[in-house]
Amino acid sequence: MHKYLPHTEKDIEKMLERIGVSSMDDLFAEIPDALKGVDLDLPESLSEIELREHFERLASQNEPLVPFMGAGAYDHYTPSVIPYLLERQEFMTAYTPYQPEVSQGTLQYIFEYQTMITELTGMDVSNASMYDGATATAEAMFMAVKKKRKKVLVAATINPNVLNVLRTYAHPRGIEIVLVDEADGVFDKDDLAEKLDEDTAAFIVQTPNVYGIIESLEGVADKLQDNKSLFIINQDPSTLAYLKTPAEWGADIAVGDCQTLGVPLSYGGPYIGYMATTGKLMRQMPGRICGVTEDVEGKRAYVLTLQAREQHIRREKAKSNICSNQSLMALHVTIYLSLMGKKGLKEVQKTSYNHAHYLKSMLEKLPSFEDPFEKPFFKEFTLKTTLDPDRINQVLREKGYLGPLAQGRFAEEKKDLVTFAVTEKRTKEQMDEVIRILGAM
Amino acid sequence: MAKYYGDLIFEKSVEGRKGYSLPVSPVKDYDMDENLLREEEADLPEVSEFDVVRHYTNVSFKNHGIEKGFYPLGSCTMKYNPKINLEVSKDPRFTSLHPYQPVETVQGILQIYYETQKMLAEISGLDTYSLNPYAGAHGEHVGLMIIRAYHEAKGDFKRTKIIVPDSAHGTNPASAAVAGFDVVEVKSNCEGDHCDGTVDIDHLKEVLDDEVAGIMLTNPNTVGMFEKDILEMAKLVHDAGGLLYYDGANLNPILGVARPGDMGFDITHINLHKTFSTPHGGGGPGSGPVGVTKELKPFLPAPVVRKAGDLYLVDGIGKDSIGQVSHFLGNINVVIKAYSYLRTIGKDNLRDIAKLSTLNANYVKESLKSHYKLPVQEICKHEFVFDGLKDNPHGLRALDVAKRLLDFDMHPPTVYFPLLYREAMMIEPPENESKQTLDAFIDIMKKIAEEAKEDPETLKKAPLTTPVRRLDEAQAARNPRVKFKDLLED
Amino acid sequence: MKTPKDLRYTETHEWVRIENGHAYIGITDYAQDQLGEIVFIELPEESDDLEKGEEFAAIESVKAASDVMAPVTGVVVAVNEALEESPELLNEDPYENWIVKIELEDESELEGLMSAEEYENMSKE
Repeated sequence: MHKYLPHTEKDIEKMLERIGVSSMDDLFAEIPDALKGVDLDLPESLSEIELREHFERLASQNEPLVPFMGAGAYDHYTPSVIPYLLERQEFMTAYTPYQPEVSQGTLQYIFEYQTMITELTGMDVSNASMYDGATATAEAMFMAVKKKRKKVLVAATINPNVLNVLRTYAHPRGIEIVLVDEADGVFDKDDLAEKLDEDTAAFIVQTPNVYGIIESLEGVADKLQDNKSLFIINQDPSTLAYLKTPAEWGADIAVGDCQTLGVPLSYGGPYIGYMATTGKLMRQMPGRICGVTEDVEGKRAYVLTLQAREQHIRREKAKSNICSNQSLMALHVTIYLSLMGKKGLKEVQKTSYNHAHYLKSMLEKLPSFEDPFEKPFFKEFTLKTTLDPDRINQVLREKGYLGPLAQGRFAEEKKDLVTFAVTEKRTKEQMDEVIRILGAM
Repeated sequence: MAKYYGDLIFEKSVEGRKGYSLPVSPVKDYDMDENLLREEEADLPEVSEFDVVRHYTNVSFKNHGIEKGFYPLGSCTMKYNPKINLEVSKDPRFTSLHPYQPVETVQGILQIYYETQKMLAEISGLDTYSLNPYAGAHGEHVGLMIIRAYHEAKGDFKRTKIIVPDSAHGTNPASAAVAGFDVVEVKSNCEGDHCDGTVDIDHLKEVLDDEVAGIMLTNPNTVGMFEKDILEMAKLVHDAGGLLYYDGANLNPILGVARPGDMGFDITHINLHKTFSTPHGGGGPGSGPVGVTKELKPFLPAPVVRKAGDLYLVDGIGKDSIGQVSHFLGNINVVIKAYSYLRTIGKDNLRDIAKLSTLNANYVKESLKSHYKLPVQEICKHEFVFDGLKDNPHGLRALDVAKRLLDFDMHPPTVYFPLLYREAMMIEPPENESKQTLDAFIDIMKKIAEEAKEDPETLKKAPLTTPVRRLDEAQAARNPRVKFKDLLED
Repeated sequence: MKTPKDLRYTETHEWVRIENGHAYIGITDYAQDQLGEIVFIELPEESDDLEKGEEFAAIESVKAASDVMAPVTGVVVAVNEALEESPELLNEDPYENWIVKIELEDESELEGLMSAEEYENMSKE
């Protein structure tokens, strides 16, 4: 037997005897013969030594680059404590906390996570996590639409991947997605006012947006409220130690991706979507929610609550089908925010801010770059360039850097725009080298 | 002492403490526009690094994990999570890759992705897989959108219904609704109170019409029974113009034995965190790859990884694709662990997983049917369902048995699911569990059944030894307190 | 299980009481017992139209959720707002604690509903 399988021949014999059958094959007698006996085309098993060698070969085929690109995935620092704690079997190998008496560990960190998300966003209540920022935004859209309101306005300055996910989710439900035009790198408020009508369920905006620009959301909430439409803000939580919160802008639902809170890039996942909302909409929110109660001895205890919203009870009438979420990543975020705390989170975000502003100010001095928007940004900024973005990336790659995002990737007419992202991990030396390389092009 | 360790991280916060270190930056300070700044600062804890380590270590002690003890949670396949999977997945040459790195710099990770797609396709008898979906329910949603896209591509817009058995996982009807379908329930075969969870074919014939887009099935079903008539059912559905969706939650006992594709399924999802040993993580991250027949391949979500010559490539949204369902390529680090498992198990051990998980389930079932009501007598696959205590003079419930199990360091089965039985206890003892562990579980379950007769109060009060005892769940739902500040308001 | 004689009942476990020309609607003792500890009720608003057989409210307990169906057609003239704060009142006395008061559209609809005796027989099955 394989080392993961404990059964000896003697065990098997005794067990078959108890069951009252004579062979293992008898356990599969009801499966039609026509289905059985397929010879699978799969590789034979590897021993641990062979597997390690195999993985060494695979890993050596990857060449990690030092990113100056974000576009939804940002290279922030992960403190050593996080992976160490995440690997504890009590966290890693448990499942959904359906038996609260032996799941207080999971439930407690979810409660702490929810608290931290409400602190960052200013909202009243957070759920226990969503898959990623894009699907969280789509779930927020589902939360907002009603039978008689199936139009959702989306700022054209949203990350195109998030927009793609919205479109995919919307189509089968007959939800109409209408873009609010872009004007000078931000969404056009006049166009929003024009497109807002009695069919509009919600307006979705991302800030900082696809160019890295901080959207000004003054007055938007009032307009939406007057129209009985919901305001959904997708905001990077790694700006929220400083920037105005979704709650301060008057959001009904706040969503985003917590990858920026120290979650490794990992070629795209696992990340973690967050969702928070107002007390009024709490019971409309999808996903798990952890609440506080007492046990029979009056001891404080945590438990999944408001479960009647969820698929295992409501079945086809549930607001969402989400079951497994990204729980362990919620623990990741919780530990990150505990370690960073009030001051550390500010320091990380301010350093990212300063470094991004430094890089931009230096690049702007080069004849090949200019700022087409001149709007406030945080850690990601967009420049217009006379250079070929592909060549920029090629040259930087040779020096071990992942260059800026070429906006042409998303839209042909933006092919002269490039978007750089800078985190606290990028040193001045690295930035100066990039400036030198680009200056020499 | 217990009180101190039981506190929230916020209650341990002391102004001025810190748990981080960052380099001093030589870059000057740039101003921020006051109008864009938040008014009140986020109230995060101030604790030292060691505070954090001790806090979360103590928090962890309040959890039951599979390495501590038996975890026979039905339909969840709580199998051993091999350490080597974790070791290889942590390589920084995987974890530090940005998703937009040029493909020539990520050939290793793309090879893993591609080969996992291929292996899953071979194991399930389908053409190819998308590894984008993040979880089983996400896979269901994606699969159902593919069904819709398939019909719409043929100009058939009248198929608005999805058939779901009454024994199905709750996610099935929820996913169908989320994907914009109406749900039609098909009944299980029942004689009086005796339901075996298999689909009632006559009723299936009744509900099949030209408005049915497809059917979602789990095989073996949630009662652990293999749908013997699956080939006939597949023909009926296909003849009616519908497609068959396979919920892969119960794939474990047929690995290497039978394949959903050969049964006639057109679309599947597989839970890597169930069948392929990736950690459940307290409820995620999982991974729910979706597989399809060749005919449905064009509808798969993007991005797609393919091989051209010796090079692995990433494609964007194709003409017929349902679109994007994830920001990037999915839960990649979970996929790496599943790949490591698949290569460790290999073709030569795959079938043993099916056999031993089935052997374990039948062994527990036969050993305990003297004490617990067994509604379905036939040979089961990897799991089975009891309908409460057999001899139950004090009217104790499945919940009482479950809570009492906690006192013996064993995680209870899934209770009150499937909905076919009032006192359902769904037991799944995965293949890694030895006869000794199963015997210990059997002894305890018998002891509890005896207690139920002689000392019912103990069962009603149970658990007695856990970090907290039974909870007032109504209080939590009537007066939701869902963040630390809600506690301060009391 | 209590089943007051002066009320009319539905197969979906609602009751109707006629008082001063208005109809009061609630859920039965059997229904509250099946649901268990009720934690939340989603109520309709005044002047909402109720259509016989259609859902007009949703009740949640810790482990279940159930829609409340309109036994008769009419317009909501009052909702029992006390239930918003204290949904457990439905557990305590489901007949005293009505959910909505409506203006009946067609009194003859009442004839199609079950008597207490008929309802008791049905629930026993």
